[in-house]
Amino acid sequence: MSETLTTPQFAGSVGVPVLEVDDLHVEFRTTYGTVSAVNGITYSVNKGETLAILGESGSGKSVSVQAVMGILDTPPGFITSGSIRFHGEDILKMSSHKQRILRGPGIAMVFQDALSSLNPVFSVGHQIGEMHRAHQGASRREAKAKAIELMERVGIPAARERVNDYPHQFSGGMRQRVMIAMALALDPEILIADEPTTALDVTVQAQIMELLSDLQADTGMGLILITHDLGVVNEVADRVAVMYAGKIVESGTIDEVFTSPTHPYTAGLMSSVPQAESKGTRLNPITGQPPNLAAIPAGCSFHPRCPHARVGSAAAPGRDCAVEVPDLREVRPGRKSGCHYSEELYGE
Amino acid sequence: MARYIARRALMTIPVLIGASFLIFWMVYALPGDPVRALAGDRPLTPAALAAIRDEYNLDDPLLIQYGKYMLGLLQGDLGTDFAGRPVIDTITQRLPTTVRLALTAIVFEIIIGLTAGVLAGVRRGSYMDNLVLVSTTVVVSIPVFVLGFVAQYAFGLRLGWFPIAGLSDGFRSYILPGLVLASLSLAYVARLTRTSLAENLRQDYVRTARAKGLKPSVVVGKHTMRNSMIPVVTFIGADLANLMAGAIVTETVFNLPGLGRAVFDSVLRQEGFVVVGIVTIFVFFYILFNLVVDILYAVIDPRIRYD
Repeated sequence: MSETLTTPQFAGSVGVPVLEVDDLHVEFRTTYGTVSAVNGITYSVNKGETLAILGESGSGKSVSVQAVMGILDTPPGFITSGSIRFHGEDILKMSSHKQRILRGPGIAMVFQDALSSLNPVFSVGHQIGEMHRAHQGASRREAKAKAIELMERVGIPAARERVNDYPHQFSGGMRQRVMIAMALALDPEILIADEPTTALDVTVQAQIMELLSDLQADTGMGLILITHDLGVVNEVADRVAVMYAGKIVESGTIDEVFTSPTHPYTAGLMSSVPQAESKGTRLNPITGQPPNLAAIPAGCSFHPRCPHARVGSAAAPGRDCAVEVPDLREVRPGRKSGCHYSEELYGE
Repeated sequence: MARYIARRALMTIPVLIGASFLIFWMVYALPGDPVRALAGDRPLTPAALAAIRDEYNLDDPLLIQYGKYMLGLLQGDLGTDFAGRPVIDTITQRLPTTVRLALTAIVFEIIIGLTAGVLAGVRRGSYMDNLVLVSTTVVVSIPVFVLGFVAQYAFGLRLGWFPIAGLSDGFRSYILPGLVLASLSLAYVARLTRTSLAENLRQDYVRTARAKGLKPSVVVGKHTMRNSMIPVVTFIGADLANLMAGAIVTETVFNLPGLGRAVFDSVLRQEGFVVVGIVTIFVFFYILFNLVVDILYAVIDPRIRYD
């Protein structure tokens, strides 16, 4: 499980990944038992690249990036093993001071619900400028000028007049732009966007995604996009990692994963999306519920819901879906699948 | 904002009139004859009795009595007590003691209550948290006069750090009674701060503040505290008005000549003018501090606007 997800074309063009997450495990220790939220995920992000992490709620996708960002609530959340390397240096082994000053200029994050994620009692200009004040020792005046500049850059009209306004005085889309301005303040090398458009209207969603990809093109930052929205992934991502029950079950370039999935879960996701041409017919959802992370099924965690699961005598030796845990392995160049029967089901 | 304050200030006038009338009426409705009680064992002559009753309008119907009182009030005359001493003198003499005591108490309340609340709220379930929970429960369950006696015995008599009672030692005289007076509210402030802080620490904006790479002290001390203070400020503001009015037990235990004692004594003697004068001042304090709290709301939380 130590391989990275870097596809050959990217590895060749930009060298060492900026961020490498290797075999990361996160668990939550609660009074009701231990919840395994992230169970050994590995990925990397290069400069200028967009990695989408796709999964249902409860698949561990947000927890995995909170661990990277160093903002897990500990307790109850603990990183139990694995490494998170930033330019080759393991963040988890850094001093807490060094970890802290990395947040902002190294890795920054945009959260889902900008209304609750922005502090209601400070003006947006203050909250954006706080990045410069805390990390660069900027004066009040400099910080405000920087904040106005950033607000203009993310397309907030009349930035100069609105810099002293408070979050509740902005619309949802504008608030998300404020969040993005705040995250971009120190030119981060990696930007993590955790469901940045989920709380927004569809038209505004498109604007925000466009803004993110424009900014990425300008700055060359790596972008990790956490989402459950297949449409969003399709538009902006270079590569995608599909998560299920705290694991990556499939990864590859966006076009390949979408057109020819190599894991039954991904295939199920694709066929559950409503299509205009199949209007009037029933939707095709994946049956069953995502597993309770406190009691993940043995073997392949997807097998209870999998239409192709082979259990007991039907299984090939060493590949019983209810017993043996499948590894994430390369099934085609640049494609990885965590299904025992990927080749049989989807060809070489 | 200025218009809001002006409107609130205007509203205090009917409230003060209504409150003073209610108090006047309640004193009027008390059974017994204050003048006879005043005279004690040696009965007054009917002529002297009538003279006193006439001087204080005690034979008039309630509304006439109140009307005469208000007329005097408009001319700046709060009346006199039965000994002929102007009520305004009693108030100006005793108000400073009460204000000093209340301010001492509020300072203890803020410093100790907030500190304990923050220490407990930052790490729920920690040793410090349990210590604060247990000690505040103990403080809340002890009657104020018991606490007063214990404080007098321990710090006044045995250790000799502070005067046991009275005002002989200037500022130091206020420390023990202030602490005793603050004890109950202090426990509430600690618990309120703890709950509010712990609740706000779970909010999304705290996670954002951490993701911004801010120091933990800034995340808690600035981002979380500002939001946590809203209920605490409400309580402290209302409590300051309370402390200004209701220190009867503490003032008695520590023998301090404050307004609480004055109003208590005059209720016993049925001295209507004194009771009404002092209690109306208490009502005024309540209104004033409530207004201050409402203004502070808008200062702390920009989502609140009065227009």
